[in-house]
Amino acid sequence: MAANANTNTNTSVKTKVNIKPRKVPALIDRPMSFCPGCGHGIIIRLIAECLEELGQDDNVIFGIGVGCSSLLGGGLETDRLHCSHGRAGAVCTAIKRVNPDNVVISYQGDGDAYSIGIGETTSAAYRNERFTTFVVNNTNYGMTGGQMSNTTMPGQKTTTSPDGRDCTTTGMPLRFPELVASQFDAAAYVARGSVSTPANINKTKTYIKKALEAQLSGEGYSVVEILSSCPTNWGMTAPDAMKHLDQAVTPHFPLGEFKTRANEQREVK
Amino acid sequence: MSTVKGEMIKGNEAIAEAAIRAGARFYAGYPITPSSEIMEYMSWRLKEVGGAFVQAESEIAGINMIIGSAACGVRSITASSGPGISLKQEGMTTLSDEELPAVVVNVVRYGNGIGTLLSAQCDYHRETRGGGNGDYRCIVLCPASVQEAADLTVEAFDLAEKYRMVSVLMTEGALGQMMEPCVLPEMQAPKRFEWGFDGKYTNKKIGIFDRDSMKEAVALNAKYNKVKETEQRWEAQHIEDADYVFVAYGMPGRATIGAVEQLRAEGHKVGYIRPITAWPFPEKAFEQVNPDVKGYISIEANATGQLVDDIALTVMRQGKKKGSDCSGGSCPAPVYCNPHVYGVPSTKAIMEDYAKVLSGEMKEVY
Repeated sequence: MAANANTNTNTSVKTKVNIKPRKVPALIDRPMSFCPGCGHGIIIRLIAECLEELGQDDNVIFGIGVGCSSLLGGGLETDRLHCSHGRAGAVCTAIKRVNPDNVVISYQGDGDAYSIGIGETTSAAYRNERFTTFVVNNTNYGMTGGQMSNTTMPGQKTTTSPDGRDCTTTGMPLRFPELVASQFDAAAYVARGSVSTPANINKTKTYIKKALEAQLSGEGYSVVEILSSCPTNWGMTAPDAMKHLDQAVTPHFPLGEFKTRANEQREVK
Repeated sequence: MSTVKGEMIKGNEAIAEAAIRAGARFYAGYPITPSSEIMEYMSWRLKEVGGAFVQAESEIAGINMIIGSAACGVRSITASSGPGISLKQEGMTTLSDEELPAVVVNVVRYGNGIGTLLSAQCDYHRETRGGGNGDYRCIVLCPASVQEAADLTVEAFDLAEKYRMVSVLMTEGALGQMMEPCVLPEMQAPKRFEWGFDGKYTNKKIGIFDRDSMKEAVALNAKYNKVKETEQRWEAQHIEDADYVFVAYGMPGRATIGAVEQLRAEGHKVGYIRPITAWPFPEKAFEQVNPDVKGYISIEANATGQLVDDIALTVMRQGKKKGSDCSGGSCPAPVYCNPHVYGVPSTKAIMEDYAKVLSGEMKEVY
């Protein structure tokens, strides 16, 4: 009888406390040194959660870019190669070719993937390499002190465009997901998310998961760009940076899916 | 080298097939004359043996792909020439930093910038000093025949893995393009090295901002010193009683052997040292040279004289070892330099160089 009573008590306690424990995925359970209010922490958390939910957190290799993404070098508890600046697309190409059963992810910023690494990033997409690229787009070179990047918005002040970006001499912001979706027919999944609001974060997580699922079933190249805040280099408070992301950045970089997986309906916006 | 065995095969193709037989299962690169046959051969041969081949968008991408596959513990090789190897320097310093083994073949062609298509030895300084940023060394192997190119390809992989370093096979346009009989190495089963990525984080790593660079640099230097001590390779003859010792590697080294044989037949006391490793430089070969040698003569296919610097450094070091003191009259032997710019110098040209040294027409450079 006593044993039964105990069991009952335990059950009732379990029923009462029906809140999921807040568990940090083992992959990222280490201190990271991103600036307060930076979106990187949210994004890597989403990726780690998806990998865990897909049962792939013990079967993953990261190619890490140079820039703020370098901080993952010390933050991740997984196989990872800190690639030379811009080269993660090439490094991950080879990793996936020789280890096709591992999930292979390149994690890069906009400067790494779209400026110095535009050749490697585009060529990997062009060849339809079977890995996944996540690009954190905060419209500037964060690690080196906030210089202009290929995604800096028209008129945006950076340390190398102090009067605001002049697109007549520096070009217009690059929209890589749109390029892949419109030019590379074989690509499996292409989307752009944002970390500006809980709703956008949740939606971004579904994009990340679909990109990884596309890789897992060998459908082809997948890329998700994620718009992220950079309060330090934007000279804003963290909440203001999130507002800015929604109000000023997102109009230049539309959110959504640009290419869905072959068997899925295009997301209704 | 005089024994003729095996089937006729082009130098570049012998390197490619030797790499396959050594267990290489990944190639990535960008074509450039006079190295392209290696890549062309790999494009179909790797498929046959279940390996992976990627035609990269550039040499930079190619060498970074080598980094990816080497990081997974796969024997990996890339090849290029002149400006293509310039672009690979970024990846070679990264491979050195990560202590990943790989084989880089430089089928050397002459010239600065885009350069020419002519066979040469103009990249000696870059290959032996490390052309990328930082504080690293690569093992540099220099074949003088198609057979030696095939044999050294296998050795390049073994050394790269033994020391977790980059091995450079520094061959020459002429050697890459010519055919010779060659006995290809035995087929080895491909290996996966246990330190490679498996997705399970079997081998722990730390981030760049958490590394102890001082400790790492000291350990790396200790490794390089061990390579210097144990991996010098060379061929030498007639040096114990020589008045003059020629030093030359690769195809000019091969031509020098012919010149030395002929000069010996004419009664001249000459010998030769042919470095097989350019780094580590075969300093030990010089220990066997006649202590009363009258001079060293470099024969090389570049304009500025590059190999000559390593000869001079070695001779100076040995002079110090013997306790000779220039102020007291007994100096290290003079070093003469004969840069033939490009191509392979003829036996006759090398004998003329020697005559100029003897007559005093040619002055020593060190």
